[in-house]
Formats: sequence, C-alpha cells, structure tokens
Amino acid sequence: MRDLTDRALETAAQLGASYADVRVVRRLEESIAIKTGRLEGVATGESEGFGVRVVVDGAWGFASSHRLELDEADRVAATAVRIAKASASALRRPTVLDDRPPATGRFETPVVEDPFEVPLEAKIADLMAADTAAVAVKGIAFTESMYAAQREWKTFAATDGSFTEQVITHVGSAVEANAVDGDEHQRRSFPDSGGGWQAAGYEYIRGLNLADRAEAYADEAVALLTAPQCPPGRRTIILDPSQLYMQVHESCGHPTELDRVFGTEASYAGTSFLTTDKLTDGFQYGSELVTIVADATAPGGMGTFGWDDEGVAAQAVPLIKNGAFVGYLSSRETAPRIGRRSGGAMRADGWNRLPLIRMTNINLLPVPGKSLDEIVADTDDGLYLSQCRSWSIDDRRLNFQFATEVAYDIKGGKKVGLLKNPTYTGITYEFWRSCDAIADERDFRMLGTPNCGKGEPGQIGHVGHAVSGARFRDVQVGVGKW
Amino acid sequence: MVSRVSAEPRDTAGHDSEGLALAEQVVQRALAAGATEAEALVIADDSALTRFANSEIHQNVAEDNVLVNLRIAIGKRVAVASTGRMDEEGLANLVARVTAIAPNVEELEDWGGLPEPDGAPLPPQPLAYVESTAAATPESRAAEVRAVIAAADAVGALAFGSFRTAAETVSVANSHGIRASERRTTAHMITVHMSPDGGTGYAEAASTDVTAISGAALGAEAASKARSSDRPQSIEPGEYPVVLEEYAVVDIVDQMGYLGFSASAVQEGRSFYEPGKEIGSDLVTILDDAGDPNGMPAGFDYEGVRKQRVPWIERGICREVLYDAQTASRAGRRSTGHAYPAPNPYGPLPGNIVMNAGTSARDDLISSLERGLLVTRFHYTNTVHPKLAITTGMTRDGTFLVERGKIVGPVKNLRFTMSYLDALAGVSAVARERKTVVGGFGAVVVPALRIDAWTFTGATEH
Repeated sequence: MRDLTDRALETAAQLGASYADVRVVRRLEESIAIKTGRLEGVATGESEGFGVRVVVDGAWGFASSHRLELDEADRVAATAVRIAKASASALRRPTVLDDRPPATGRFETPVVEDPFEVPLEAKIADLMAADTAAVAVKGIAFTESMYAAQREWKTFAATDGSFTEQVITHVGSAVEANAVDGDEHQRRSFPDSGGGWQAAGYEYIRGLNLADRAEAYADEAVALLTAPQCPPGRRTIILDPSQLYMQVHESCGHPTELDRVFGTEASYAGTSFLTTDKLTDGFQYGSELVTIVADATAPGGMGTFGWDDEGVAAQAVPLIKNGAFVGYLSSRETAPRIGRRSGGAMRADGWNRLPLIRMTNINLLPVPGKSLDEIVADTDDGLYLSQCRSWSIDDRRLNFQFATEVAYDIKGGKKVGLLKNPTYTGITYEFWRSCDAIADERDFRMLGTPNCGKGEPGQIGHVGHAVSGARFRDVQVGVGKW
Repeated sequence: MVSRVSAEPRDTAGHDSEGLALAEQVVQRALAAGATEAEALVIADDSALTRFANSEIHQNVAEDNVLVNLRIAIGKRVAVASTGRMDEEGLANLVARVTAIAPNVEELEDWGGLPEPDGAPLPPQPLAYVESTAAATPESRAAEVRAVIAAADAVGALAFGSFRTAAETVSVANSHGIRASERRTTAHMITVHMSPDGGTGYAEAASTDVTAISGAALGAEAASKARSSDRPQSIEPGEYPVVLEEYAVVDIVDQMGYLGFSASAVQEGRSFYEPGKEIGSDLVTILDDAGDPNGMPAGFDYEGVRKQRVPWIERGICREVLYDAQTASRAGRRSTGHAYPAPNPYGPLPGNIVMNAGTSARDDLISSLERGLLVTRFHYTNTVHPKLAITTGMTRDGTFLVERGKIVGPVKNLRFTMSYLDALAGVSAVARERKTVVGGFGAVVVPALRIDAWTFTGATEH
C-alpha cells in the first residue's frame, strides 16, 4: 500500500501540488433484509480504491480510482492537479491549512465478536426470530427488519509525512412493525427507526434482544391505529433518547458545521444561522443545562476514529457549554479562518469522495439529578415523544418540525395513554432555551444514524449521538390538518 | 518537473460491449459455481463535479468507478453480492461470496425467478448518450461556472452551486438470456445566488447534452430572482393559493412515485393508490416515461427489462403502478422495467417522471392569482403520514406575495404541512412550458402549477 501512496504523493508534488494527501479505502459490507417473515435480501459488498486530494496554486483538486496500480496512481494524481488548476481559474481565497503535526499510527474500533465471522445463517435466524415475533401480532400488516455491518480499512498519507492506518467496524439492526387500517398507517420501530447502530461487533446486536422486544412494539403499532389524534396546542414535551438524538443531529450538529457557515453547502443543504459573530458574542444557544460536545473518542460512537480524513487526531470539541455557543465542527482549512485549529471533523464516504466537515459523535451531556423516569414523574402535564418518524428543518437550521412514532400523554407524572401522529415544531434556539431538564447518566446512551446526507456528489455519513432524554416547555405540537 | 503521465482525461468509462462481456463472464462463473439462475449488473461510471461557493470553485472532483452486482438463485434461495474490484481475485471473491451465502438463506417462497427476455430487441436510445457530455473537461466546466459567477457579479450577489457531468455504461446479463447494455450521459447544473440584502435565487437545468446547459442563462435567472427577493417581509402562515415553480413541483411528483405508485407500496398496503380512484384535478396527468426526449432516456432497468411508459394519473384518475420482476410476479403481471439494483427492499421506483404540460402561459398562472404566494422551490421535505401523503417542508430561494395578479414583494420562508393528494386535487392551472430538472429518482420533466389552497403552518426568520 505504501508504494501506491508514495507514488501518488510524489507525482502530485512533481506536478506542482504544494500539498497532497491520499486515502486508500477498502470497505466490506453485509446486509440482511426481512419483510413480513420473508427473507427479501442478503447481500455483501466490497469496494476498494483511492482518492488523491491536492492543493495547486491555492486551489483544491481531487480525483479517485478503483484501480490500485502504480501507473493509475500517477494518472489520478495528475488528474487531481489538472482539476486544481482549473479550480484556480475561479478562485478568490487561496487555501490555507492549519499546521497540525504529521499523523502516524494505527487505530481500530473495539470488536468483541467479529460480525463478519458470525455465521450468516445464525444472523439470519436471529433477525428472523425478531421479525416473526412482530408478524405474529394480530393487526400487523407488514414488517421490515434489517441487519447490517460495515468495515473499513483506511490508509491515509500526506506530503507532510503523515501515514495512518485504521480499521473501523459498525453494526446495526432493527425491527419495524407496521399496522394499517384504511387510511391509517402506524408503525413502531425497535430499537430505533432506521436501526440501532454502534461502532462495535455482533455483541451489540445480541445485546439489543430484538426477539424479546419486538412483540411489545408491534402491539403498540396496532394500538396506535385507534388511539386519539395528538391535538394541537402548546405543551411540555419530553423527548426519549430515540427522538432527542435526531433533535440534536438536525438542530445542533448540522448548524455547527463550519463549512456550512462559510457557505460551501449553500446551494444544496443550506447554510447556518450560527454565523461567526455568534461565537465571539457567546450566543445563548440553549438553557444553562445544555452542554454539547463533538467527541470523536466516545466509545461505541459511529463518529469515533483515530484520525479524521485529513490526519487530524480524534478529540472532544465543546460546541455548546452551559447553554452558550462555544465552538464549531471544523477542518484544517476552515478553522484558521476563525483563529482556531482544526477540531478534526473531516470525513469522507469511501475512497471516491472528498472529505467534508461531518459530525463525529455529537453528544448532549447528561445532567446529574434525575433519571428520565423521574423527569416524567416530575411533569404534571405533558407529552412523552419517542422514535423519529419524520424530520425537516429550514436551510439555516432554524425552523424545524419532527413527527414521532408515538406520544404518551402525561398527567400527574404518569404516562396515561397513547396519541397517534404526534408532531412538534419550533425555532432552534428558542427550543433549546426552553429545556428545563436533562436526564442523568443512568439514561445516557450512544445512538446514531448511518444515513446522514451531505455534499455533492452525495455522501452518506455514519454519525453518533449520545443522549439521555430531556424536557422542553411551551412547545407547539399537533401541526397541520388531520 | 517530470511527469510520468498525461493529465488528459481518458475515454469514457467502459464501452457497452466491454460492460456486457464482463456481465456475461460473471454470470457464467456463477452458473459454474452452482447457481441455478444468475444476473450480473455492471455499472461503469466516469463522472466529475465542479462545485462553487462564494463565487469561487471550492471543490472539484473526478471519479472513475465500476460496480459489479451479482444476484444468484439456487432454487428459491437468493443472494446478492457486489464488488468494485475488477481484478481476477476480486471477481473470484464476488462469486465465492454469493455462492457461499445462497445455500444458507431461507427459500423465498414466492420467488418469481429472474426476468426473461421479451423476445424483441431493445431499441437503441440515441438520445441517452451525447459525446460532448462524456468529453467535458475540468476547463469546460470551469468556463460555465465562471459564466454563472459573472451573472452574480453583475448584480452584486454571490454564486453557489455545482456542475456535474457524467458518462456511465449500464450492462445487464442474466442466465435466461437477458442482454442489455447502454451508454448514458448526464449534465446537471444548479445554482443559488445570494445578495447582500437577504435575497436568494435558484436556477437549475439538466440534460443528456452538456451543450444545452448555459451557465450564463442559469446565472441570469438566479441573479434576477435573488435581487427580486431582497429584504423579504414576514407573512402570517395560513392557507394561500400558490403558484409553484417547476423546482417545487418536482417534489410533489417524486413523493407520489415513492409513496403511491410503486407496486411494493401497493402490495404492502401502505399506498393511497386504488385503480380508478380520483386523486387529482382533471388537469393532472403524471407518468413514468423513459422515452420522453425532454428527460434522460433509458431503454431498460437494472434487471435489463425494457422500460414501459406507465401512466400513474391520467386527468386526475389513478391508472397504473410500477413493477419490477419480483413484484410483477407476485401480482401476476410483467415487469414495467422499474427495478433498481438488488437487493432493493423499496421495490420498483420511478426513473423518468413526466408531468404533462397544460395550456396556460407560465406568466398567466401568476396574473390569475387574486392573492397568493409564488414559491420557487421547497427545502428538506419529508413525509409525515405516508398513506395520506402528508408532507412537511420549507420554501426556499424566492417566495413572493402576489396580489391582484402582480408580484408585490418577497416574503420570508414558510413551513408547510399538507397532503400532496390535496395539492393535486387543488391544481387549477398547468403551465404549457416545462423544465427538466433532477429529482430524487433521476430526471423529471414538470410544468409550473397553480394550486388553489396550500397550508403553511410555520415561519422562519429569513
């Protein structure tokens, strides 16, 4: 591998690159899909290639190829240089990178039980047992159950002498039960809509106990068909971790991406209301209970690594501290523009994509004092919202709206009934300022999503979110005509 | 300085004959390894994208990629494996992996088998591939981007966007005799212009022919829209008649395809579709037509099955849905040619959505509005309730108040939450002009629409 990376860097430098890096990535994937007791798909995928990123005359160029050959390294490096020169023809701000030390070493996410070594038939049987438990519930129209594993071997090298090797393994699984009656369609997912995911081995999947939990969730999907509609109004809401992580993702993670702030995602995903003046002004993002950290070292998180994809060491970067906005997700190019060093958030989706600023593990830290159940007990009138069903936020990450799979009506500190089709909406900073309780360490757990989209060409990111549950006051719920 | 290689771009990634030969070879290997049925899909992609922001190019990438997707059956035991490795070891591993999986999976009881050839040769799609697009260079993309930026400069705005050119070869072979291979090209530009006074504007174009895309024209459209949306005023959310530009309409037809007109959605009971059901005004006709020359033509799907023209809604009435081989088998039908690469738990999906043009001049949609809103595009839409097609999202890049048929000024962006079925039922005028843009499932050809009631449920600060 070193021959190839050396050759690409050498060629890029010879052709005029002032900086170059190369990533060689091999990705192995496996997935199982079951629908309503029927094995719909079993697949494995293997992808391998390399990408060369260069700076020439202050402009970026990037090219990639699936052919791991020395002469192809020359061609790809030369293409990247040519592209950079074309980029330089429309350049106003030459690229300046921060001066991180050369990165060297090896990193591997811990795996107890290698998911690729567990016999396929055993994995199918585990998932089928969970799916059939849900199918067996009277009133379930269809189920969708999934298991997936991904492993990446990444080698990074740069003209500054960096050379790192990483092996990162992610696994996920879920059962989704759907009940349909006329125009009504209700679903419940376990452990999470889209799957419970972690950087781990098959031990994480076993720990989900899908087969034991599926029936209860299916029962609830059926019960929701005849549950009352969630009425409109302004309510106190408590977000279960399965919903709170998506709230953090959309309204805290994305707006703190510094490339968004500088406009480089403007035409696609949009920009951010968190302009740099808000950093210097100590903008009040949330209540003083709210502390959020981008922690690429968090155990089990899908945003955990040794180095990011431009060789910056994993670190924990405070984003919100006691409610005040204090930091961004950043890169070697963007951080110097606000007088800081990279926070190590550059990540690429495979070998054929350019690294972008991505979330690592964006964690809402627990607050000592009350468990989630104790927060419910402390709530006289409210809604407990669980499992994200729909999400949307404006192009500056201010106006958001979520739908959840279920709402539990809370009266006198107890969950007293189900409400269907719950939605809630708000303005990001007003919402977070209304947070008056965050559950403690007892409910703090690592969640995440394997389908965070960003960039052009499109990239799918795996990101982590550790959260514990939280309460918010005076929130608009029950949006739209039903 | 010594260069070992030329930096000139190579020929397009793969030729149809090479891709098909590889697909055939992989099928034979799989059969030799014990498969009773085998299908190989080979996608060779040579694409590049030039991205710009703050009126400069900030990302510029090229990709040379090949994917081989192998699906086999041993009896009714089905498995899929894919690889990006084209070397001998990579292909041998591919076959070894998939033939190791299949014996260990349960039988798919209603497996209908891989598709059979329909007996007629697949006609060539001369409009699917345009050499000028395949030959586009970093320099030619940069030149068009500079034209976009110049338009922004002319009004004191900043330009953001991307310009993608791609050539791909799609080849399919299966053990029943399916043989299909086709070269296709795509050129796609989007741009958002932002003025220092808070205005933003959008423009987009897509074609198989890169020479049909003018950076200057798109830049002028976005720049004009940006300046005309300066200093937007707040407006109360509520129910308004709207005119939706083509960039907004694409979201409605995309969601219709995903939520309603896939045979999977119908078979699982999650679709609103019922044959003969009236779900739109009689001005609404939507179909999937891979032969429409205004879109991006394609002759076959990812199973190598000929693409059929499938009317979803004709004059407001539900007609047909999309099938792939497996959902067609379950329904006792033939595939309509809307398969995506296996394994695909979503089932058949659109690829070439077309909404028929109407008879109204585009400007008349606005001049006939007593009081309402003109919406340029939507942002981050998502389904709230699939069976009712209730969707939420934001407006973006140019929302305007219209009174007595005239645009009176820009308004701040609004959130909507409403049923897209209600939207189609409320269509009261359809423009006779159409645009080709890119939606979630490929090229879409759509007109602007006037809709009598649109439910806005929230507002934002810009």
